[in-house]
Amino acid sequence: MSIFGRRKKKKLEQQALEEQQALAKQAKEKPVAEKPAEEKSDAPVEEKAPEVPINPQAATTEQNKEVDRYNRGLEKSRRTFGQKLADLFVNFSGVDDDFYDDLEETLIGADVGFETAVQISDEVREEIESKHVTDQKVISNLIVSKLVSLYTRNGTTEDNHLVFATEGPSVFLFVGVNGVGKTTSIGKLANRFKKRGKKVLLAACDTFRAGAIEQLQEWGKRDGVPVVAGPEKSDPAAVVFDAVQKAKKENYDLVLVDTAGRLQNKVNLMNELDKMRRVITREIPHAPQEILLVLDATTGQNAMNQAKVFKETTEVTGIILTKLDGTAKGGIVLAIRNQLHLSVKYVGLGEQVDDLSPFSPKDFVDGLFSDFLETSK
Amino acid sequence: MAFESLTERLQNAFSKLRKKGKISESDLKSAMREIRLALLDADVNFTVVKNFVKTVRDKAIGADVLDGLNPTQQIVKIVNDELVKVMGDSAVGLNKSPKIPTIIMMVGLQGAGKTTTAGKLALKLKNEQKARPLMIAGDVYRPAAIDQLVQVGQQIDVPVFQLGTDVDPVEIVRQGLQKAQEENNDYVIIDTAGRLQIDEKLMDELSRIKDLAHPNEILLVVDAMTGQNAVNTAEGFNNQLDVTGIVLTKLDGDTRGGAALSIRAVTGKPIKFIGQGEKMKDLDVFHPDRMASRILGMGDMLTLIEKTQKEYDDKQAQDMTEKIRENSFDFNDFVDQMDQMQNMGSMEDIMKMIPGMANNPAMKNVNIDPKDMSHMKAIVMSMTPAEREDPDLLNPSRRRRIAGGSGRPVVEVNRMIKQFGQMKKMMNQMSKGNFNGMEGMLGKGVSGRLSKLAMNSMVRKGKKRKKKRMKKNKRNK
Repeated sequence: MSIFGRRKKKKLEQQALEEQQALAKQAKEKPVAEKPAEEKSDAPVEEKAPEVPINPQAATTEQNKEVDRYNRGLEKSRRTFGQKLADLFVNFSGVDDDFYDDLEETLIGADVGFETAVQISDEVREEIESKHVTDQKVISNLIVSKLVSLYTRNGTTEDNHLVFATEGPSVFLFVGVNGVGKTTSIGKLANRFKKRGKKVLLAACDTFRAGAIEQLQEWGKRDGVPVVAGPEKSDPAAVVFDAVQKAKKENYDLVLVDTAGRLQNKVNLMNELDKMRRVITREIPHAPQEILLVLDATTGQNAMNQAKVFKETTEVTGIILTKLDGTAKGGIVLAIRNQLHLSVKYVGLGEQVDDLSPFSPKDFVDGLFSDFLETSK
Repeated sequence: MAFESLTERLQNAFSKLRKKGKISESDLKSAMREIRLALLDADVNFTVVKNFVKTVRDKAIGADVLDGLNPTQQIVKIVNDELVKVMGDSAVGLNKSPKIPTIIMMVGLQGAGKTTTAGKLALKLKNEQKARPLMIAGDVYRPAAIDQLVQVGQQIDVPVFQLGTDVDPVEIVRQGLQKAQEENNDYVIIDTAGRLQIDEKLMDELSRIKDLAHPNEILLVVDAMTGQNAVNTAEGFNNQLDVTGIVLTKLDGDTRGGAALSIRAVTGKPIKFIGQGEKMKDLDVFHPDRMASRILGMGDMLTLIEKTQKEYDDKQAQDMTEKIRENSFDFNDFVDQMDQMQNMGSMEDIMKMIPGMANNPAMKNVNIDPKDMSHMKAIVMSMTPAEREDPDLLNPSRRRRIAGGSGRPVVEVNRMIKQFGQMKKMMNQMSKGNFNGMEGMLGKGVSGRLSKLAMNSMVRKGKKRKKKRMKKNKRNK
């Protein structure tokens, strides 16, 4: 009985795969006809952000647009942060216990994380008490310098480029809790890499949530990228296996693996992720090149837990911070960096397909403080 | 489980208080600071925290705690009362329309869990009120959102009205309501696309749907993991739509769930439901008082009892007590009990509801693998009927056979038989009201005492009931 069941399933998967392949062929034939072969040869081994554009002129305008969007998207996060620090001093009357409480609250309110906030507040308190500082401006500069030093303490050079395989397909695994935007981020990234001439394959390994496979397939259709999918409720590791096989056989450059959202305290589901990772590594050594944890920027302290637990089980290599548009606060970037030494590689800034940008933590932090320094002068 | 960390911290604060015979003003101050930090760390909005701590402090001082006999208990009580007050005084049910259909609209940010909650709510109404809900798929923006709702509808056997993605959501709702009218559906649940509260165009769309449908209930779905931002979201949606209730989702994670505390305080709108799992039946009514006692580590006996009652039928329970008393509890009953336990939810959740277990250090790292249960069952299933009734029969040769039959190592079979023996012994003791063996299991300090109190009162009640039963039996004879 079970053997039959398995065979039937295999058969179904085979069928689905064949259909996919047929689709992929169709999709493949077009771009190949249009694009010269030289392009493949200069495909960069390791991506340097901003990625090497194919057409310089088109790319500069494209880049400008992207910078624009990036700035616009992050403006709010910056403003709230600067505003908050400035507000702190509006009612400043002197240094007392209430002031430190307020400082802590301000920092926590900006979502820099509880521990970071307490740490900074303690350091500031120490400094103020040892030097008997009472001047408001000196104190405000002190706070900013503490924040900056907190940032630089962990090193300023940081590789937030995505790592690609030197040869053969690269595999990126996307993990995260429910509803953070994994599938959407994959849809956006697939579009981005396809535009840059990569041959992209998507793997729909969220076999659990209703409609998740369809959602990725819809993205595949929009981006013109093939999607490997299995039947609903099937083993995601089997789907990932099929996808990796297909990628090897048909020379794909990049496989983006979508996974089901899971809360980090569900041990069994976390083990399932580990299994998927093992399957990938078994089929392609050194893969997955990236395991990207998708985090919702509106998440509070729990983001830390998420990053910690996911890092433990799946060796996360980087973070995609989504929903950073709106009223979300950017402080979390500091906290993640301070406590987990994980870099944010991409940020999601909206609902459109190109609302996903590479992220430079340094620029972002510079932005946070430059605004504030101006207002305090 | 949510709120765990908050519990821990509050208890730390109190245990510091307890260590001294008398507390001074400065002790109180440091305890308040602990409470404040605990709440901030739990993502409670800082303005809410400020007010909360201030009220607690005022009350603590006003109540002459400093000279009281047992100041800790008084503070626990004040904090508890205040927590309940912030979260709303009692459970609030769904608003119902005087005539059918009752229209419920789900709104919220992207990825909060609107569609899943819509499905869960429909199933809950169907199961508990024999309702015939209709769901309307109003999310035309996110890819495959409609597919998701349709699939959810299929899973729980509830019809879904949809017009694809090319139609204005307002029009979809209009036609959907018409259909509900025709089919006499008693509930209509409108799923909408996730949106930011500052997206004017999309918020306007919601207002238009609201004006058209006049929903009896607008439920704002909020992710329990949301940080300080929860308040902005709640305020944004509330100001524009005047929501009528909140649903907190993903509470089965390890979030501290401060959002629950702040949202109610800032918007004044009640939290009506909580989502606690990925299965369609994992939607519970929010009980502020129970949540508060959970935060304080006093356990949540009420929920546990309610859950047990739902899954346990009375006759079976009586049979079971009888069996325990007679000491004739065997492997068949063991399997029955395991089945019932599995129906109640994960072991961890159940454990956390028992007073004193939530922050028992021994329990901290226990991860009970759901498969363990299945393995145990497999072992029992590999026994002969005679063996199941009489565990003493199990000699090494039989055990080897069972191990082979269940596909588990012999050690595991041995361990399980041993555990069964211990369990039987403990149950027998417990039925006689003897808790000596369990003393150490309950935590130390305030919580330990509280839980012991709770346990003892349960035992007393149990004894009373038993006496009543005995009397009744005698009379009947």
